[in-house]
Amino acid sequence: MYAYDEFDRQIVRERVAQFASQVERRLDGSLTDEEFRPLRLKNGLYLQLHAYMLRVAIPYGALSARQLRQMALIAETYDRGYGHFTTRQNLQYNWPKLRDTPAILGLLADVDMHAIQTSGNCIRNTTTDCFAGAAFDEIEDPRPTAEWIRQWSTLHPEFDWLGRKFKIAVTASRQDRAVLKGHDVGVRIVRDADGETGYQIYIGGGLGRTPMEGKLIREFLPRAELLDYLEAILRVYNLEGRRDNKYKARIKILVHEIGLEKIRADVEAEYASIVAASPKADLREFHRIQAAFDAPEFADLPEVSRKLEQAQANDPDLALFVEHNLFRHKHKGYASLTISLKGIGQAPGDANAAQMRAVADLAEKYSFNELRVSHKQNLVLPHVRLDDVAEIFAVLKAHDLATANAELITDIICCPGLDYCALATARSIPLAQKLSRHFGDAATQKDIGELSIKISGCINACGHHHIGNIGILGLEKKGAESYQITIGGDAGDQFAIGELLGPGLPETHVPEALDKLIAVYRRERRQGETFIETYRRIGLAPYKTAFKEIADAFA
Amino acid sequence: MAAVKRPPLPVILVANDLVEGEVLFAANNGWTRDVRAARVASDEAAALELEQFGAAQASESKVVDAYLVDVEIEAGVPVPRHYRERLRTLGPSHRLDLGKQAEFHI
Amino acid sequence: MLLLDRNGAKADPFARVETLDDVAGKAVIVAFDAAEKLLAAAPAQAGVFAPNTLDAEQLSPFLDRLALIAIAFPSATDGRGFSLARQLRRLGFKGILRASGPLFSDQFPQALACGFDEVEIPDANAARQPVQQWLDALKRVTVTYQRDYAQGERILDRRARS
Repeated sequence: MYAYDEFDRQIVRERVAQFASQVERRLDGSLTDEEFRPLRLKNGLYLQLHAYMLRVAIPYGALSARQLRQMALIAETYDRGYGHFTTRQNLQYNWPKLRDTPAILGLLADVDMHAIQTSGNCIRNTTTDCFAGAAFDEIEDPRPTAEWIRQWSTLHPEFDWLGRKFKIAVTASRQDRAVLKGHDVGVRIVRDADGETGYQIYIGGGLGRTPMEGKLIREFLPRAELLDYLEAILRVYNLEGRRDNKYKARIKILVHEIGLEKIRADVEAEYASIVAASPKADLREFHRIQAAFDAPEFADLPEVSRKLEQAQANDPDLALFVEHNLFRHKHKGYASLTISLKGIGQAPGDANAAQMRAVADLAEKYSFNELRVSHKQNLVLPHVRLDDVAEIFAVLKAHDLATANAELITDIICCPGLDYCALATARSIPLAQKLSRHFGDAATQKDIGELSIKISGCINACGHHHIGNIGILGLEKKGAESYQITIGGDAGDQFAIGELLGPGLPETHVPEALDKLIAVYRRERRQGETFIETYRRIGLAPYKTAFKEIADAFA
Repeated sequence: MAAVKRPPLPVILVANDLVEGEVLFAANNGWTRDVRAARVASDEAAALELEQFGAAQASESKVVDAYLVDVEIEAGVPVPRHYRERLRTLGPSHRLDLGKQAEFHI
Repeated sequence: MLLLDRNGAKADPFARVETLDDVAGKAVIVAFDAAEKLLAAAPAQAGVFAPNTLDAEQLSPFLDRLALIAIAFPSATDGRGFSLARQLRRLGFKGILRASGPLFSDQFPQALACGFDEVEIPDANAARQPVQQWLDALKRVTVTYQRDYAQGERILDRRARS
């Protein structure tokens, strides 16, 4: 974990006091509601359907045991005993009171956490691979780069009133697990021909009502130049991005309208001016941050754990868990372990205080005190010994956290939808629960294999529906909830926006529609082919035909 | 307050308590958290009165986002016509242990 | 309008004028379009009022002859003026930079950090947010991660020293 120093602590403390003052000035009338709204949003506080909602930043999804325990305490003291992990690797409380928010922020500050810039038209939480620091295929730990960006973007005086929100993702792996091309800026850590580490920069990706794939703006950026280059991008966006229509204000629209070549020229020109005017960028601060991450002392272990193998032989549930929820670690004898927050029939991403504490204990005991939140709304113990997996599994089981479904059809990404969200046009959680039960049988899941369902309750696409292998978008149609289904979306290296299959369906018909799509896959698949691979090979037409049967029957 | 397009009658007035965040309904006297005690406006004059009450309470920093919601009267109780507003009178539909539905046994 | 800088409220030595009939020897502000003519009319001090959509390059020919540039903030949430101010400072503008519009006090430190010297706010806003609130706003967050913005103590410099 990155260790805060006195300055990191000071800025968080001062921000808490600043927010407390903003609340006070709202209540005494100094600030109008129109003025206060962006201020509370920049501190993660929304007014939702039933209550306020506080979004707590979990920078690049990294948490310590102590921090998660504090979140459990806040959930019990100031909320209703649970929290919701989001696709931005953050945590949301659904029931805080405005009056209590400064106290909650104080408790967060006690454990070096905050809610800074988790909403509003500013630079948001920088996200990364949920296996960061552990993955076998990363060329370095991406977290120091993400932390470097976090500090640079925190309370940035110039980029706090952008035309719209701005999201940055970082990855250092060969396989993109951070949805790089779905972000305003995607930063891929690479090595050039000489072995120098630097960054490949993507720009203008995003989901929302106009989904766009990020485009490569810079093939190789030397490491020292990252922050100046980001400053150039942000300044061009701040000045040139549209302000006349909030739905056209994201940088993706600017890139789309003026073209990649023009934005590249503008950014490079601005960058040249920055470089000419300021002292030469250096890596001292990056290296300081890198050193402030404590490196776990991994033991020298055998590749295979006899202990785990024996335990698996005696426990098919454990064997299934090992098959699905372990990810290959860079050190022999270790694995990253996904704790699914997608129990069959449960609300995706929710965890109660007891579960948070149980997971914190596990992190402390088995994973060097570290945890990650994944954009798929699960938790990860990044560094567990294979020898310990059976014990961990037993604890998880006792807390209803041992569902063996990572990457499977019931590992559904789902936004809060109209059960909580003021912007939603339809509910999404009940549908996720229904689909989870519908496909929840272990044998069914195993047969279907890797398949991502992503559900959003409105066009803003917090549930990433565009990039689900099967995407579901809840809308209002003639005064009732209606669900549009897309197919073929992909969040990874073969980034793709899903294709719409036809008219929206009522919630009741969605499971049947998915059955039809999966039947096409089962019929057409070749040996070892996943759902998305078969789709890529055979194309949209057979799925459309199958979908039409349902759509026609309903219409 | 500028005359915005009003929903069809009858209507109730919904808002959020500024400090608590909780959903409130204008009652015969002040506010209520239980929709069954909401004041129902069945004519234009009463709707206007509700609207003015909401605006005044907003300017006094008591509530935010006050607006009229059209309802049907079912068993003597106002029920919003739109599913979004119905959810606001109840709570999250997948957590019947939370929100007004739990508190008021609706 | 209330005009204030980091020391508090101040009288405006500049007058906003629509015509150039009587500007010789005076300190005046005109719309940016009239900058050339204003400079020809020999005011004591020349100021222009610039929309935030103006390209910094368009202002650059005038920078060494202008005593003041006021940048319009059409709304508090439109932050283009912050970037424009940064660019004007980088281009070497040494005169007064004024942010003009319905900003609120929490934005005061941001404006100063980006290179503004002063802000000018409508009376209705000033009535809700008296001068003291603006001065208090400068004391709330006293450190900054950014390298070369003016406001606050720079964390990176402190770290480099320790």
